[in-house]
Amino acid sequence: MLYDAVLELADDHLVLGHRLSEWCGHAPMLEEDLALPNMALDLIGTARTLYDHAARLEGQGRDEDALAYLRGEREYRNLLLCERPNGDFAHTMLRQLYFAAFMAPYWQAALGSEDEVIAGVAGKAVKEMAYHIRHAGEWVIRMGDGTDESAARMRAAVADLHIYTGELFEDGAGDAALPSRAEIRPAWDATIAGIFAEALLDVPEVPFPQTGGREGRHGEALGHMLAEMQALHRAHPGAVW
Amino acid sequence: MYSQGLIGADGRTEETQDFLDRFQRRIDAEEKIEPMDAMPAGYRKTLVRQIGQHAHSEIVGMLPEGNWITRAPSLRRKAALLAKVQDEGGHGLYLYAAAETLGVSREEMTEELHCGKAKYSSIFNYPTLSWADIGIIGWLVDGAAIMNQIPLCRCSYGPYARAMIRVCKEESFHQRQGYEICMALAKGTPAQREMLQDALNRWWWPVLMMFGPHDADSLHSDQSMAWKIKRFSNDELRQKFIDATVPQAEYLGLTFPDPEMRWNEEKGGWDHGPIDWDEFWRVVKGFGPMACDRIAARRKAWEDGAWVREAALAHAEKRRARKMAAE
Repeated sequence: MLYDAVLELADDHLVLGHRLSEWCGHAPMLEEDLALPNMALDLIGTARTLYDHAARLEGQGRDEDALAYLRGEREYRNLLLCERPNGDFAHTMLRQLYFAAFMAPYWQAALGSEDEVIAGVAGKAVKEMAYHIRHAGEWVIRMGDGTDESAARMRAAVADLHIYTGELFEDGAGDAALPSRAEIRPAWDATIAGIFAEALLDVPEVPFPQTGGREGRHGEALGHMLAEMQALHRAHPGAVW
Repeated sequence: MYSQGLIGADGRTEETQDFLDRFQRRIDAEEKIEPMDAMPAGYRKTLVRQIGQHAHSEIVGMLPEGNWITRAPSLRRKAALLAKVQDEGGHGLYLYAAAETLGVSREEMTEELHCGKAKYSSIFNYPTLSWADIGIIGWLVDGAAIMNQIPLCRCSYGPYARAMIRVCKEESFHQRQGYEICMALAKGTPAQREMLQDALNRWWWPVLMMFGPHDADSLHSDQSMAWKIKRFSNDELRQKFIDATVPQAEYLGLTFPDPEMRWNEEKGGWDHGPIDWDEFWRVVKGFGPMACDRIAARRKAWEDGAWVREAALAHAEKRRARKMAAE
């Protein structure tokens, strides 16, 4: 069903956008205090269009805020990767690279979608994701090939996060209007291999990938994130903001 | 956003009278002073201090509003607030760059902020306790900032004046964004209206304090006025702000937490009750409710990020060495 597939995508973007927004005002340098919200805004903007689209497809009178604020963690369908807590700057940038390296070819493939909204989102997002790969990729290289400490932190981030990347390629709800996620794998592998080579990082073998987000089986961190995000909205049912 | 005028300026200078007279003639002729121009040491020092305080205010100001980014009540508000706080960071960057034209580095200024030597606007040492605070900050704190900053667009120092032109455009957008939040609350449920009135009650007096002490108690103002760093007195700007704000508050159905506020036909403006200057000085001196938290948050971000900045430098150095070796 297109509704389910669009909702999955929307959840990915909102959850990751929210995570990035947590950095605002707390980044390692002022330039990143500007760059991280910038990337967060790209993701939240895409999420809003997708939620609005999902709500129309569903036709039950819900809107973007009902979908974002009034579903609990078992109803969220985002990738586990997107909900991972920020950790240090190495974790945040690697998580961003993993996601953008997937979404860039995904949106590229979605440019010709028969669904006009999806094709429209793809046209905008394909440029944004290219920038996210560049920004996050350059940081992964700087940290991987920086100081001993930064290299160790970068390797730790790979060890922590790589186990969540297999889920990117699961087709989940799927729909003919959307690209096949499994087919994105070669492009993603190539992007990561290129950046890891420069960052002096090895691509690890993952015997048991962590999955479950698409079925609403999340890690423990998502519930806390949603509790914070939804508290005010839920405290005033029906209020207009 | 902007600090209350200038806290603790020192305009003393040691140049010859002839040099000072020639400099003053340029100022009087409304010539812009540019980075490479000769200028009195006191003029430079005053500007470094003022622009630095202004930049720090933008950066520290990201924290109270950032406090609500993760809890914004709708996706539209979340995106707008994120963009707004990002703008404030951009203003900080812009202003640090303007201060650097006077021969001080961003690192030095950051150091002074973290050790408590440099000041920033005391308004940011108050907590944001509800979503309505985000509306009130946009409407009133940014509104007061605009009153202070519009005249700075004509400041005698070129880089500062030019920075202010862009900053003012964005602040004006922020103010409308804040007022729009307030309008939604005013038209909302009883709980939303109560939230709004409560926020005005808490922020009104600190906002009036943003314009600084009464003219009679404002040290250093005369020299800043003569050098055209400052164009209007604290009391003039405060009065202008109150007169502009009263009808806006009436439209929202709000009342001011000031029983002495009344229209003065004779002066054609609003009179207000006495400002608690003890509170003002207490907060300026670093005893505001959130003062410790604000500096602790800035320090933590800086210290936690040290290894990232070191990595960036180390990587740049490696690249340079590899490029040299290849040539």
